[in-house]
Amino acid sequence: MTTRDQEMLVRARQVAQSVPDPELPMLTLADLGILRDVAVRDGSVVVSLTPTYSGCPAIAEIRADLASRLAAAGFADVDVRTVLTPAWTSDFISSAGRRKLAEAGIAPPRSQQGAKGGPVPLTLFAPGPPVACPACGSRETERTAAFGATACKDLYRCRACAEPFEHVKEI
Amino acid sequence: TSDRADMGFDTAYEAISEETDTGHRWAFGTGFTDPLAGVDTAVPAEIDGGDLATYCLMLGDDALIMSHRLQQWLARAPELEEDTALANIALDLLGQARLLLARAGAADESGRTEDDYAFGRGEHEFRNVRLAEVTDADFAGLMARLLVFSTWRLALLTRLRSSADPVVAAVAAQGVKELTYHRDYAAQWVIRLGDGTDYSRERMRAALAATAPLVPELFERSAAEQRLAAAAVAVDPADLRAEFDGVLEHVLGEAELDWPQSPGLAGVSGPAGRDGVHTEGMRGLLAELQSVARALPGATW
Repeated sequence: MTTRDQEMLVRARQVAQSVPDPELPMLTLADLGILRDVAVRDGSVVVSLTPTYSGCPAIAEIRADLASRLAAAGFADVDVRTVLTPAWTSDFISSAGRRKLAEAGIAPPRSQQGAKGGPVPLTLFAPGPPVACPACGSRETERTAAFGATACKDLYRCRACAEPFEHVKEI
Repeated sequence: TSDRADMGFDTAYEAISEETDTGHRWAFGTGFTDPLAGVDTAVPAEIDGGDLATYCLMLGDDALIMSHRLQQWLARAPELEEDTALANIALDLLGQARLLLARAGAADESGRTEDDYAFGRGEHEFRNVRLAEVTDADFAGLMARLLVFSTWRLALLTRLRSSADPVVAAVAAQGVKELTYHRDYAAQWVIRLGDGTDYSRERMRAALAATAPLVPELFERSAAEQRLAAAAVAVDPADLRAEFDGVLEHVLGEAELDWPQSPGLAGVSGPAGRDGVHTEGMRGLLAELQSVARALPGATW
């Protein structure tokens, strides 16, 4: 790799990493853990992305945003590629990302155990350890809806401070 | 959005006005791009591309048609939270469908896109099981059908995570995470209605009775599935039965309901959804699903 390519790579990576997620705009693509790779090949920038959910409607916006921000930074030739393996998991959200979510009043996802190979158990009434309220920190919280305004979130309520809040689901 | 702030627009309307819109600046108005863009879609040498395409249409059509039926419930659910849930589940399934239909077009080298498959095929070319296409008499009916559908599909995708086709394996790995939520959601409603009032129990029992005849078809194996299962690409659907029965037994036990004894819904001379033979409601569903694409061929957003 030439020095020029290396300089391009550093700059392209900085731009791509700082693109905000359209549905969780307090997070960058890097915080969210969907930016898999940024490479420079023959003068063009190749960005690899992994969608959070199969049907995530934001992925088209993210692709367009990446291309336009990289173009604004002087990279005319941008190729955004989908990488399906390994599938995104909420564990990919960085610690900085978790902090930013909590500061924005959204409870970050709890950490998941490693990939399971066998049948998936029903989790009817035991959805894991309690989610802490992002407003007051209490763990006296309850889920009010299993699905929220975006694919990646569900809804909670704090029994201590009575605040409703969103939570990024564990997948 | 933060874009708007960066660009100094005063209002959202200004940001999306014709003067400032660069064609892709506002959310989700960019049209649809190939969901497999950049993914290696070469079919491994030992796999039959035609069979693989057929299999991807089966799994993709199940998701597409179930998603459409879920979408028809929007603004009709008993509470706003349920509308949101149904929309999210429909969206997950639509995403799975898009990937699988795109995979079919690459596997058979026809170059057909997801839109070609979704909007350009006739009723007899759809390979979904009939469970996905039927209408629901009420919300209990939808929950019974969603419990059966998601329990069956979750058992299937769990096994397909190790498919010899890397694209099918990847779609399955992501889909398992999504279906886990779908199954839980449906199971909780079946329990709530079954273990609720006498009236809700009666409605839930009727819903199970309406769903039961569509279940045997889920475990019948087609010729393509049989060949692909031998090549470790597909799963023999008969292998899913024990897990399916176990989950249903667990949920219905909590709901204090029994699984109705029912013979399967007869096919026309045997063939059923996988063979492109569908129930009466399928025609109306497709008429709605395909109406814009057929009225305005090639139109884009």
